[in-house]
Amino acid sequence: MNIFRYGALAAMAFSAGIAGTAAYAADTSYAQLQRGKSLVDAGDCVSCHTVDGGKPFAGGRPIETPFGLIYSPNITPDRETGIGAWSDEEFYNAMHFGTDPKGARLYPAFPYPYYSKLTRSDVDAIRQYLNTLPPVRSAIAVSANNAHRVSGLIWPLNYRFFMRGWDWLFFDPGEFRPNPKKSAEWNRGAYLVEGAAHCGACHTPKNTLGGDENSHLLQGANIQNWFAPQIANDVRSGVGSWSTDDIVEYLKTGRNKFSGATGPMAEVVGNSTSKLPDSDLHAIAVYLKDTPGAAVDAGSKPEQKIFASGKAIFADSCAGCHQANGQGVPQMFPPLAHNANVQSSDPATTIRVILEGAQTVPTSARPTASSMPAYNWKLSDDQIAAVANFVRNSWGNSAPAVSASQVAEMRRQLQANIAQ
Amino acid sequence: MARKLPAVDVVLVGFGWTAAILGQELTDAGLNVVALERGGWRDTSTDFGVTFAQDELRYYWRRALFEEPARETLTFRNDQSQTALPMRHLGSFLPATGVGGAGIHWNGQNWRFLPSDFVAKSHNTQRYGSLPDGMTIQDWGVTYEELEPYYDRFEYICGISGKAGNLNGKIQAGGNPFEGPRKREYPNPPMEMAYAPTLFAQAATETGHVPFPCPSANMSRAYTNPLGVTLGPCTYCGFCEKFGCGNYSKSSPQTTILPVLMRKKNFELRTECEVLSVKHDMAAKRATGVIYVDTQGEEWEQPAEIVVLCAFAQHNPWLMMLSGIGQRYNPQTGEGTLGKNYAYQIVSSVDVFFDDKIMNPFVGAGALGIGVDEYNGDNFDHAGLGFIGGGYLACWQTNGRPIETHPVPKGTPKWGAKWKQAVAKNYLTTATIATHGAVMSHRGNYLDLDPTYHDVHGRPLLRLTFDYTDNEHKMSDYLTDRAAEIAKAMKPREFHAKKREGHYSIVPYQTTHNTGGAIMGTDPKSSVVNRYLQTWDLHNLFVMGSCVFPQNPGYNPTGTVGALTYWAADAIKNKYLKNPGALVQA
Amino acid sequence: MSGPSVSRRDLLSVGVAIGSTAALGSGADARSYAGKMPWIPGEANAPEPITAGPFQFLTPDEATFLDAAVARLIPADDLGPGAKEAGVTTFLDRQLAGPFGKGSRWYMQGPWKKGESTQGYQSRLSPAELYRAAIKDIDAHCNEKFSGKKFSQLTADQQDQILKDLEQGHLKLKDSEGKTFFTVFLQNTIEGFFSDPIYGGNRDMVGWKLIGFPGARYDYRPYVKQHGKKLNLPPVGLKGRPGWNPNT
Repeated sequence: MNIFRYGALAAMAFSAGIAGTAAYAADTSYAQLQRGKSLVDAGDCVSCHTVDGGKPFAGGRPIETPFGLIYSPNITPDRETGIGAWSDEEFYNAMHFGTDPKGARLYPAFPYPYYSKLTRSDVDAIRQYLNTLPPVRSAIAVSANNAHRVSGLIWPLNYRFFMRGWDWLFFDPGEFRPNPKKSAEWNRGAYLVEGAAHCGACHTPKNTLGGDENSHLLQGANIQNWFAPQIANDVRSGVGSWSTDDIVEYLKTGRNKFSGATGPMAEVVGNSTSKLPDSDLHAIAVYLKDTPGAAVDAGSKPEQKIFASGKAIFADSCAGCHQANGQGVPQMFPPLAHNANVQSSDPATTIRVILEGAQTVPTSARPTASSMPAYNWKLSDDQIAAVANFVRNSWGNSAPAVSASQVAEMRRQLQANIAQ
Repeated sequence: MARKLPAVDVVLVGFGWTAAILGQELTDAGLNVVALERGGWRDTSTDFGVTFAQDELRYYWRRALFEEPARETLTFRNDQSQTALPMRHLGSFLPATGVGGAGIHWNGQNWRFLPSDFVAKSHNTQRYGSLPDGMTIQDWGVTYEELEPYYDRFEYICGISGKAGNLNGKIQAGGNPFEGPRKREYPNPPMEMAYAPTLFAQAATETGHVPFPCPSANMSRAYTNPLGVTLGPCTYCGFCEKFGCGNYSKSSPQTTILPVLMRKKNFELRTECEVLSVKHDMAAKRATGVIYVDTQGEEWEQPAEIVVLCAFAQHNPWLMMLSGIGQRYNPQTGEGTLGKNYAYQIVSSVDVFFDDKIMNPFVGAGALGIGVDEYNGDNFDHAGLGFIGGGYLACWQTNGRPIETHPVPKGTPKWGAKWKQAVAKNYLTTATIATHGAVMSHRGNYLDLDPTYHDVHGRPLLRLTFDYTDNEHKMSDYLTDRAAEIAKAMKPREFHAKKREGHYSIVPYQTTHNTGGAIMGTDPKSSVVNRYLQTWDLHNLFVMGSCVFPQNPGYNPTGTVGALTYWAADAIKNKYLKNPGALVQA
Repeated sequence: MSGPSVSRRDLLSVGVAIGSTAALGSGADARSYAGKMPWIPGEANAPEPITAGPFQFLTPDEATFLDAAVARLIPADDLGPGAKEAGVTTFLDRQLAGPFGKGSRWYMQGPWKKGESTQGYQSRLSPAELYRAAIKDIDAHCNEKFSGKKFSQLTADQQDQILKDLEQGHLKLKDSEGKTFFTVFLQNTIEGFFSDPIYGGNRDMVGWKLIGFPGARYDYRPYVKQHGKKLNLPPVGLKGRPGWNPNT
């Protein structure tokens, strides 16, 4: 099946490439460039294509995959080391079919299954905007022309891949088709969520072969030892209790009265959503609020003894910021009561944040980069499990029990990250 | 030989409160600003998070956040007849090292000086005739009215909790009726009051005083400042002074300004870089940059269009002396200005012991307290008292950290079974009234370079010559007597007035309110900097901090340091940049 | 006192520009920060608890001396354990073996002069050297005065008299200044009795329990207005309290 699909894709890419020899007149109007920039922001391209402290879009950032590190390519218009020599058609093929100019498959660390939904006109706008960036000759990054190439070796298909967009097996190229029964705003939101913003890359669970479980669209998934929570419309573990304005505020400022963006989402807000126009954020919110959520299993309650020690730890160590009633401080210390991620069936983020702390993303609107300290040195696995159980089952919260061995495993995983 | 770096618009020496303010203001004006800090990066959750900030041994007694004398210290003597000896470990005062400076570990007691404090010399001579022999106080060259908007700015950046006592000249119930007129209320209401200050307030009222909640940089509620930076509500944990605040509820550079400043493209902070001297061109009346050394021992020259000294108080005049800028003060002739008028604070206290009233001293905050201001500045008639100046009385409830705070009645041995019993008996049931008095400048109190001792870089140490004079002792005794009267009215089992007796000692902790040495004034004969904190000698060299105070009034200095910094930043932005040169003609 | 994670920060960012320092073109080798508020997950400049095991600085004789002496400074009595029972000797050992004992933050360059009392500590001895010299001198003095007995072998009253003489400067020692030693020793003993248990003293938080200090808590808001009320909060150390452990 894999071979078949691969072959079919390659053929499509090839034919598209041929078609692409017919030149388009490049639209470099201000409006087109602004549209392109907005889409590049929405796609958060800069996060993956920039190394810490390096020139924006010049690539070189190591991206973890189950095979080891892939270095993101340089997408500045440098002709030798970037994508300056690509034709618009070749760029479209990369975005739409996931193929490089020679027709070879790109690693789906590059989320083309989502970008495939973009209209040709939008892809061209992105290209035109990228063309305005200063060309960077980047010796660090592997050239865009041979990075990401699939080696042709047999894939370890039985492995569950944690990468964004690591779902090429289930890839159906094709532009977004509006739903005529929904509003223009809903359709704009769907276009962004399913396309450029590629929210599902993190938030949609993957099947055993790494493809999106579309029946569980945006219902939360584990990715690189984070749990990207449900962002569909479930009250307890999703955005069901958030208004559209709450969602807009979160995406715009990095926080609202329910939560603050930390971990990978901090980068998404900082580099992407905080820069989007309010109208797009509102459209995203409308779409998310209309995406059916799934109630998650609350599991069984933790033992009384564990709960009691968790309560003691919380009172002595956590209430100073999160408040005794779990309500937090608006815009400053996230509430834990009724917090979706805290109540997710998968406790990865809760455990991780207790272990290594978290910084809420600073944005222009909310510049406070408040952060939670790491408890990795202070609390044992038992104690972290106990306090996690307490916060997941207090103030009306309910979620399955967390075990000390889950904490130990997360500790091990994070230690392995440091070793890299 | 120092390697020369590309020039920048502004270089800030040190990175505490004043540098954070200037960094923010001058980058806003479009300038490229580099700050050089001798210590390291420090931030709330990683360096003093709630997980470990409450560590009395590490932070206070082992000095984790403070300057290391092994690297820099000063020598000290009470008067010129003595040989100054090095301060080998910290005691009397606690300068910081690291980003945020002493703004990390202050209590947060944030005051404005009185209008008459800024014209101390003319005001007191007009009212009381000639000054005591040897007293060298002077007017500041800037008035309270001029500084009011800048006090306001700093208070709103910090989110000070308090109650106005004088709004536009109208006295307000509940506030300090003696304060200078303010244009608007404090940004936050007063903190919730603990038991001991509440008892003090009752007794103060009964004895004819007007008690008020002291202005506090500990947040009485969550607060978002004009830069958009949010602080959390104070949790009264009792670990303020000498500690970093673990939950973002005490104003500091980190909690009020750095989140915005650090994100700017035209700002850069270099840590572990120690400035050795200021380079200058005397003929051109300009500083040309600074020389600094990094941890590897490499020396660098950072050229700059504007140089601002933002280090801790006495370090600024020291750097000027080491750089050969200005005329050093000569106590014999009274000539020269650099190093002149070092001053400090004089403090005393009255411990008030109860049998039945549980104070829970550990429920505290750095600026949680009730004050009375009847005996500050010239709020009372000094005729016949034999001194000028004054101070406030306050019942603070800052902490119950037991190594530091275990009051025992007079006559208790310092150790043994009786000591242990007294500590156990009185720990929960004792209140303390503090007096916080002014120190007037005196011709024998000054800073210069030590002839014998050197720092790690081979530079002569600063030499501090200082003692309290009759004026301070009389004034402090007067304040202590008033505090004892209120203590008596609290109807305790007993109280113990601890007057400040004898010579100033550098051993016990008193306050970190060191002032003077690069004082401001109206002409170059009597001051190092003009009213805009610009040096008279080099028009692009500015000096911040309490070293510019010509004498030290009876309040904690930080509020005025903040106000003067905003005032100077405004002058640089709106006057100096338009026409670089002397802002006041000598 | 830095936790292991500090070295991790060093690994990650020494010499590496964080953010876009390019804006100002720093050419120096220093650590440079620009463009954002730095923060690294998992980092904590956490305290270093003492490690269990034998004494690291004290000789057996010195430990015996200190056991006896701290028991006089803060004795066990009806109110509860004293400094000895609280582990203050272990606390002192670890302090003297570490940066404090070495006086590593202190200015320790000559010339050395006695100076006035207002000028503070002027001994050329580091705290560890001061303890070593003073204990030896005091035991030698006792040996001479009490016919071959060490300080630890004296009666409580005799020990108290020696300590008083030291405190008041009446006891002249051979290589050390008795009053200076006593000042440092008393201060350190109080530190050991009241500091966090991670440092070896204040065992089971007995010092805090004696007076009613609730320890390393961070939120007293519910109690600010509870004027005059005894709170009876169990003390908490930096590494917790018994109630934190789900397995006990």
